[in-house]
Amino acid sequence: MIGKEVFKGVWTLGEQRDGEISSVSYELLSWGRELADKLNVELSSVIIGYGLKEKVKELIYRGADKVYVVDHPSLVHFKPDVYSRILEALVKEFSPEIFIASATTMGRTIMPILATRIGTGLTADCTGLDIEPETGLLLQTRPAIGGNVMATIKTPKHKPQMATVRPRSRKPLSKDTSRKGEVIVKEYPEEFYLSKFKILDFVKDETSQTPLQEADIVVAGGKGLKGERNFRLIHELAQLLGGAVGASRSAVDMGWISYPHQVGLSGKTVAPKLYFAIGISGAVQHLAGMSSSETIVAINSDPEANIFKVCDLGIVGDLFEIVPLLIERLREYKEGKKNG
Amino acid sequence: MRICVLVKQVPATDKVKMDEKTGTMIRTEMEAELNPLDMYAVEEAVRVKERLGGNARITVISMGPLMAVDAVKDAISMGCDEGYLLSDKLLAGSDTWATAYALSGAIRYLGGFDLIFCGERATDGETGQVGPSVASWLNIPALTYVSKIERLEERYIRVRRAVEGGYEVVETELPVLLSVVKEINEPRLPNLAGKLRAKEMQIPVLTVDDLNLNRSFVGLEGSPTRVVKIFYPKLSRNGKIISGKNPEEAVDELISFLESKGIL
Ligand SMILES: Cc1cc2nc3c(=O)[nH]c(=O)nc-3n(C[C@H](O)[C@H](O)[C@H](O)COP(=O)(O)OP(=O)(O)OC[C@H]3O[C@@H](n4cnc5c(N)ncnc54)[C@H](O)[C@@H]3O)c2cc1C
Ligand SMILES: Cc1cc2nc3c(=O)[nH]c(=O)nc-3n(C[C@H](O)[C@H](O)[C@H](O)COP(=O)(O)OP(=O)(O)OC[C@H]3O[C@@H](n4cnc5c(N)ncnc54)[C@H](O)[C@@H]3O)c2cc1C
Repeated sequence: MIGKEVFKGVWTLGEQRDGEISSVSYELLSWGRELADKLNVELSSVIIGYGLKEKVKELIYRGADKVYVVDHPSLVHFKPDVYSRILEALVKEFSPEIFIASATTMGRTIMPILATRIGTGLTADCTGLDIEPETGLLLQTRPAIGGNVMATIKTPKHKPQMATVRPRSRKPLSKDTSRKGEVIVKEYPEEFYLSKFKILDFVKDETSQTPLQEADIVVAGGKGLKGERNFRLIHELAQLLGGAVGASRSAVDMGWISYPHQVGLSGKTVAPKLYFAIGISGAVQHLAGMSSSETIVAINSDPEANIFKVCDLGIVGDLFEIVPLLIERLREYKEGKKNG
Repeated sequence: MRICVLVKQVPATDKVKMDEKTGTMIRTEMEAELNPLDMYAVEEAVRVKERLGGNARITVISMGPLMAVDAVKDAISMGCDEGYLLSDKLLAGSDTWATAYALSGAIRYLGGFDLIFCGERATDGETGQVGPSVASWLNIPALTYVSKIERLEERYIRVRRAVEGGYEVVETELPVLLSVVKEINEPRLPNLAGKLRAKEMQIPVLTVDDLNLNRSFVGLEGSPTRVVKIFYPKLSRNGKIISGKNPEEAVDELISFLESKGIL
């Protein structure tokens, strides 16, 4: 969109599943709050779904000045055509200067469709956002090429400036129930809600309790595990730590674990509080998916393994000696805590 | 059924160098390959065709420099029927918005397709934005993160989409664009006959004027986004390495480390 004069305010796209607001919505507000304060403008969150009207106050408690809600029975599930139609109408009516979403499967689907419809740029999967003081433009920094380079990208002439932000790259602001804000419920004619998509079912991935990309802790195993049965060690450790299970491509290729658990260039990108790499050499393609984790711990028998270059704590040793012992000690530790 | 696969040529991943002044990639012919994630898109297209029993034709389209003809030929060697290369100096520097505009122009020029396949993302730019954006330019539904085609009929498709925490079963109408994830299949290796066929095939080159594209929508000038800075992340953390200790001592240290980080 070029030519319109006043684009003002920072917007974030909220997400919900089954009428519950997802935590990524609050992470985005943490990013958005900082940008809005630098620009001295309002921060608004947009959320589309059904049964949300009572819950959207939470977005205000977590940093939004305004919430736009579109609430309709046909919006329970994400439908790209309806959602993009609604977002296009909202953006055209209220003209925000910045619009950010989470780089989830929904954000990565809806934002390119929306940016194309509006005619503006979109930067993918950012890990850094800032305001350029001289111009007030959004500086969008993202990893590319397997994490080998970082690029800072601007959308100099088009508005809104749009970006998706890597999930878990920021903590939500703490809840402040004294915050005041405005909730605006938007309604559209019935034909707005007609969709070419029909969502028939949602099936949970039975092997992972916590979705990999949302987990605070990821315990990942590689070829060093040497077999499917040994991979149980990884599952056990993950369970004890309350984390999700990850894997290198080699482990997935061997059939020890399914592809949704693969971390890396051709798998998932994760940035948990703790990434635990066990029997993983640390190939650049694997690092591409986990190197921005807050803390990295590695166990490997090869002192020269590349993973040791990127870890905060590395143990050189045989995983088959260390991991079972660690599991035992963690069990004791938990018992000890339980018994005071 | 008319099927299209969009493929991109990418630098072989570990040898990438960037020009820090212009923010563009420095590539030489030897380092390029078919985007590994596009092989799954090609494979799925070929499987659909095999299931339909010859009643389908697969067209490969790639946009890139002239050497990207190799990526088109790689796809053809896996079983696609024909290919086009969209190549023009005017296209250089296109971002995803401009790339998707040009690709959608090529799709329109070729008469449109019932099914358009693309990869989840390219291993260089890694945005994953081109697929959904092409669908938006064509005003057709986009099914992203497809992990399985459950049913395909003349005017309708049902797929699984791999999303956070599980998969979703979705139906929509044709024509449709699908971006596929790696778990959808196991790409075949091209056989000798396929390679020979690809080698001999003529790949027409399409230009901006052939497609009647709006010149102000393509290339660096037509791109809303601009790379303004490139830098290399420091991966190294100089962490503590515990070596030559017995497992008990190592585990003790590990546990105190996890405690100090507030993880335990
Ligand atoms: C285009 C492309 C995309 C790719 N995408 C990905 C991706 O998404 N994710 C990914 O992971 N890889 C990816 N790869 C593959 C990557 O290059 C590596 O091959 C892979 O990561 C290696 O997995 P690994 O570390 O489990 O296996 P290896 O490299 O074989 O490492 C096994 C490690 O286990 C250690 N070990 C062995 N025995 C023991 C023991 N008893 N105790 C402790 N340690 C032990 C060894 O010292 C070694 O370091 C990709 C490659 C390409 C070309
Ligand atoms: C470091 C860096 C960062 C960048 N960041 C951004 C950004 O944030 N936003 C932005 O708009 N642009 C960005 N670009 C530009 C972008 O990489 C190019 O427009 C690129 O040509 C297409 O994007 P992609 O590689 O991300 O492809 P993706 O969108 O990841 O590709 C997805 C699928 O689309 C199809 N496809 C993609 N490109 C082609 C093609 N040329 N021909 C045929 N099929 C294709 C393939 O099936 C592919 O698997 C960046 C470029 C660089 C070098």
